[in-house]
Amino acid sequence: MSEDVKKFLYVNRKAPYGTIYALESLEVVLIGAAFDQDVSLAFLDDGVFQLTRGQDTTGIGMKNFSPTFRALGDYDVTKLYVERESLEERGLSADDLQEIMYEDEDDDWAEKPSIRIVSRAEMADIFAEQDVVLSF
Amino acid sequence: MATLHTVNKSPFATKALQSCLAHARDGDVILMIEDGVYGATAGTDLADVLAGHSALKIYVLEPDLQARGLDTGRLLDGVSTVDYAGFVDLAATTDRTMAWL
Repeated sequence: MSEDVKKFLYVNRKAPYGTIYALESLEVVLIGAAFDQDVSLAFLDDGVFQLTRGQDTTGIGMKNFSPTFRALGDYDVTKLYVERESLEERGLSADDLQEIMYEDEDDDWAEKPSIRIVSRAEMADIFAEQDVVLSF
Repeated sequence: MATLHTVNKSPFATKALQSCLAHARDGDVILMIEDGVYGATAGTDLADVLAGHSALKIYVLEPDLQARGLDTGRLLDGVSTVDYAGFVDLAATTDRTMAWL
């Protein structure tokens, strides 16, 4: 990566369908992926609900955008940090989240999980490493 | 390597302030704006949310206080006010800004 690459973090703190924040965040991530920056996503508070398995929006007439997270690896967005405490507070564990994989070009295209469960303290450290933080 | 955290929601409506405080690191700056300013007032049920965070610098945006009829005398100890130019200074002197929506 060249030295003008910045670390961008998209922070997701809202549940998926009650407001437009979650969908807008994903749209901006996909647009931003064209700029070859070092992109990560953070999911905390109600944002962890965005990644749950088995979402089916046919009954509410809204687009189910949860499968789109699985396409992020194709755009070199491979770091999805999910806060463990936020999951536990909501009665969730990593098993409740959908599987999101990417192919690691530096490791013979081995399939690896994009979701990385981190503690609240680790999440604070991740925030502090960023050049740009975009909140949704 | 400090972060400026902005909080624009009342702590009585959402947990944005609480979550912000749980993720802020020593030396970080918290700026309460819009309905976030209600989090800086003394004598409320949530007044002790800020207790134990003396390693943070806490500010409120004065025009948002005034708009809501809140006098600076109502602020919790340790909370300072800034005007819009002060807001810009905070953004310019920290390494990143993070909005807790």
